[in-house]
Amino acid sequence: MSHDSLEHRNKRTLRKLLIWALAMFGFAFAMVPFYDVICDITGLNGKTSSTASTEGPARTVEDRTVTVEFITQRGQGVNGDFMSATRRVKVHPGEITLVNFYASNPKTSEIVTQSIPSVTPGEAARYLHKTQCFCFDQQTLGAGERKEMPMIFYLDPELPEHITTLTLSYTIFDVTDRVAANNDTVMNNNTVAK
Amino acid sequence: MSTAAAAHDDHHHHAPTGLKRWLFSTNHKDIGTLYLWFSFIMFLVGGLLAMVIRTELLEPGMQFVDPEFFNQMTTVHGLAMVFGAVMPGFVGFANWMIPLMIGAPDMALPRMNNWSFWILPFAFLILLSSVFMSAFGAGHPSAPNFGWTFYAPLSTEYGPASTDLFILSVHMMGISSIMGAINVIVTVFNLRAPGMTLMKMPLFVWTWLITAFLLIAVMPVLAGAVTMMLTDRHFGTSFFSAAGGGDPVLFQHVFWFFGHPEVYIMILPAFGIVSSIIPTFARKQLFGYASMVYATASIALLSFVVWAHHMFTVGMPLAGTLFFMYMTMLISVPTGVKVFNWVATMWRGSMTFELPMKWAIAFVILFTCGGLSGLMLAITPVDFQYHDTYFVVAHFHYVLVTGAVFSMFAAAYYWLPKWSGVMPNKLLGELHFWSSLLSVNLLFFPMHFVGLAGMPRRYADYALQFADYNFWISIGGFWFGLSQLFFLAVCLLCAMKKGEKAAARPWDGAEGLEWEVPSPAPFHTFETPPVVK
Ligand code: HEM
Ligand SMILES: [Cu+2]
Repeated sequence: MSHDSLEHRNKRTLRKLLIWALAMFGFAFAMVPFYDVICDITGLNGKTSSTASTEGPARTVEDRTVTVEFITQRGQGVNGDFMSATRRVKVHPGEITLVNFYASNPKTSEIVTQSIPSVTPGEAARYLHKTQCFCFDQQTLGAGERKEMPMIFYLDPELPEHITTLTLSYTIFDVTDRVAANNDTVMNNNTVAK
Repeated sequence: MSTAAAAHDDHHHHAPTGLKRWLFSTNHKDIGTLYLWFSFIMFLVGGLLAMVIRTELLEPGMQFVDPEFFNQMTTVHGLAMVFGAVMPGFVGFANWMIPLMIGAPDMALPRMNNWSFWILPFAFLILLSSVFMSAFGAGHPSAPNFGWTFYAPLSTEYGPASTDLFILSVHMMGISSIMGAINVIVTVFNLRAPGMTLMKMPLFVWTWLITAFLLIAVMPVLAGAVTMMLTDRHFGTSFFSAAGGGDPVLFQHVFWFFGHPEVYIMILPAFGIVSSIIPTFARKQLFGYASMVYATASIALLSFVVWAHHMFTVGMPLAGTLFFMYMTMLISVPTGVKVFNWVATMWRGSMTFELPMKWAIAFVILFTCGGLSGLMLAITPVDFQYHDTYFVVAHFHYVLVTGAVFSMFAAAYYWLPKWSGVMPNKLLGELHFWSSLLSVNLLFFPMHFVGLAGMPRRYADYALQFADYNFWISIGGFWFGLSQLFFLAVCLLCAMKKGEKAAARPWDGAEGLEWEVPSPAPFHTFETPPVVK
């Protein structure tokens, strides 16, 4: 065996292993979309659909009653009120129900908020359909404003039998800075384009 | 020209001395020594942080530090031990022993080897500087305080400014480990002496080879996780931020996809060490060599599909929790095979109980205790109760301290004669062993009880009913910490070559190429490869 051949072999193995390490670095990022897909299928993270459902319920199951509870939480930086008009409602699957939520902004400047829903148990998330929700869009609250934010939902008649109670939780986040930062980049891009 | 001599041409002509020798060294033995001292220093530093924790928990109520500082202590203790003490320690043994065990003149990529080591002290200077500033700096800016698992959003939205130092430092540690792992694989694949087939390799080499593959597979994932943290913190992404459409639970998946294989990275080399030591002092061949190799490989493969046992309580579909529960339990089968083989090796052997053997036997028994508590934690409904209590702390300290760390003590006593040319001091060694053995159990065993009774981990205070246990746990902690000074003395004596001269084969049952070279091993060994029959 010649000198070259060992060095050559070492380099070749080194190169293969480096490529593998890089691929695994990429794999970490590939886990992000993969996780989203798994969540959609299994309801792993309890997220409800972020768009309004366009079809109404197929039927109403009068002889079944399910309790839906509401929880509200404030994310970092939000110090106004955020609550639902009612803590819990009893509904029949297929029955369309309206629940009002309230948010207030005690600050002296306008804030932009985004609410994030989550359902427990996660597997119920797919069966909770909303025809209207304040969480579909960012909500702007003027200085000192108190806002009523309606949410209209129904439970899918196919909701698995063993689920008798489900909890819908909302966390409200102040995304003013985030929105401002995005606008900045948009503006910068525009300037560059001009 | 022979392969080995050629690869090492450039080593012949210079032997720098003093600081330069260590700074520029490409010699596997020097680099091994550097790694081992670094690991031992980190063990002492991490130990000091743990002493702060145990001082605060000596009595209920807040006495010595505030809760913020307490959290920084648990965080940096974990990071220093995992990434500073255990991982570099095993890399040190790999550097010293793998070339000697396979009859290679050095590691295959010696310059890269120098880099992999010298990145580490800087990585830890960066991390530890934040602790230093927190303790002594103006305004006491917080060091990382989110636990060694750095869950989002604690480490993203709520992380202190030093989180960015932490991210940089983790990146550097990662690069160092990946380079170290690549070196091991290239060395084992390309530099084995003629006749040293894969299935003739000592188990320490096998377990390290598999560990190296695990490292290359998961350290980049850790790098990905901290990169996502960095962009979430500063560049407007929201991988882990619910406000922007991300999900903090995703962080846990990415982290534990790294984290569980990581715990095996910290134990597989220990399996290799114990598999070398027990046959020596039982004067019998290792029972079931091939099954050991296959068990190691299957543990490594299974370790990729059990990560969610760390997150049973985040809310997973039933099918998911069942999958992870059964997979986790399945891992104890190959682990059980190993324990069985060690015991079978000792069975009817002519055993003697020199220091390495004492540590190895303590390892087998106490590691098995840790494995059993792991098995309890693997049962999902049970874990709902035990998760984030001191029971988990007890579990992983049994597998890591009486497992990984004890194996390294065993290895150090076993190979110190080869490294230094003198036998480790017997009296100090016995004191070190017995003192550590008693104190470590006083330290960690009662943690099972307080954990089962509901004492949560990572709090600076506890309910009054846990006071007595915690008092004794703290005493065990101080005692165990002080016991390590015996080991420091043993190492210093060996480094100064004070002690009984060691023969080339100081243990009469020892087999393997490393014992064919004189003690201390000369700077260059196996420049012409030995022939393995
Ligand atoms: C039979 C084998 C094992 C089983 C079944 C097992 C199982 C588990 C489970 C279920 C947990 C999660 C507990 C919880 O957070 O609620 C856990 C935690 C842990 N295990 Fe193991 N384990 C095993 C072996 C090991 C080994 C060999 C190591 C390392 C050398 C290890 C290190 C850890 C660590 C560090 C944690 C805690 C991580 C943290 O939350 O900080 N385990 N183990
Ligand atoms: Cu695990």
